[in-house]
Amino acid sequence: MHAYANPTRFLALAKPLTAWLLVGGILFAVIGAGYGLFFAPADRLMGESVRIMYIHVPTVWLSMGGWTGIAIASIMQLVWRHPLAAVAARAIAVPGALFTAFGLITGSIWARPTWGTWWVWDGRVTSVLVLFFLYLAYIALANASGEKGGVSRVTAIFGIVGAINIPIINRSVVWWNSLHQKASITVSGSSIDNAFLWPLGFTVSGFSLIFGAIVLMRMRAILAETKIEARLRRMTAE
Amino acid sequence: MKAKHQRLTLAVLALVALIGAGLLAAFALKDQASYFYTPSDIATKNPEVGTAIRLGGMVEVGSVKKADDGVTVQFVVQDGTARQNVMYTGITPDLFVEGSGVVADGKLDADGLFIADTLLAKHDENYVPRELEGIDMSSTSKVEDTLVQ
Repeated sequence: MHAYANPTRFLALAKPLTAWLLVGGILFAVIGAGYGLFFAPADRLMGESVRIMYIHVPTVWLSMGGWTGIAIASIMQLVWRHPLAAVAARAIAVPGALFTAFGLITGSIWARPTWGTWWVWDGRVTSVLVLFFLYLAYIALANASGEKGGVSRVTAIFGIVGAINIPIINRSVVWWNSLHQKASITVSGSSIDNAFLWPLGFTVSGFSLIFGAIVLMRMRAILAETKIEARLRRMTAE
Repeated sequence: MKAKHQRLTLAVLALVALIGAGLLAAFALKDQASYFYTPSDIATKNPEVGTAIRLGGMVEVGSVKKADDGVTVQFVVQDGTARQNVMYTGITPDLFVEGSGVVADGKLDADGLFIADTLLAKHDENYVPRELEGIDMSSTSKVEDTLVQ
């Protein structure tokens, strides 16, 4: 990993990778969403509204995946002092918050016809709302830390502590009676019929690749910003 | 090198403590954070008549009866061990079908009948295409459909 601690070497890799991830991601997402909207069957009970799943599942998956990424990057920052770790964590925070908001909004739209309500305070919905607030707090903390491109150690510690919410979200439907159904895809297999599963796989991979592309773009932007700041500082010093 | 290992040990210890604390807190919340009572919970906890509670479980197959006024339904919610009679007046959600999950806000009356003010449907984790289930949703009322589980 430390081979890419050198920003120049990282940027040389990140630049072409961004384009590949973005193009591949859009391709996968369009195939999955298009098939899901127009060709996949309606659900036995939910009918046509099941199609929201093709957007809801990937966005919520990435909201949790995003914070897991922040936690891993925070550990790398604190333990190995990897110079790019803090940049990566900071880059994940904004798309992570955005995808969490998408997940909550699509979930709410799906809940209205399915459950009969826009919002419930059950374990799953509430813990995901908490995740959204954690993202907002992380962004505020990161912006206030003023470290060159990176984040302060307090922010990194917050990133690790906040990760406790991820297993809680995952287990919320098992530990507590909730209105949200239990996990459909577990280690023992999937209770989603294959007709739904294929387009879902496409949108999940597509959205994940797009998320990766956004993170790389933001990392490059943060690195470019620090470079400009350093140059300006040198110029004023001369 | 030594400092790095020290930080790693510290981080691992902090993580273990954090996960432990989180699990303990979540476990302690077991009752409070539950969204609803099951019929068994009602049977064991005996909530007072008139207190607002939320009941959740499966609609017993064959139990749904529509009253003559057209908007009142009576049905039985069961969780495998206990049963609870429920009465609800209003429009039922689309997913309210026999054999499926339901969550109702309301209170018990003196006869032990649960009077529901709101009714929410709970979807299970199974996603099945309509064609495969062989149910024609358009011709018959959903309440009369008997789902083969």
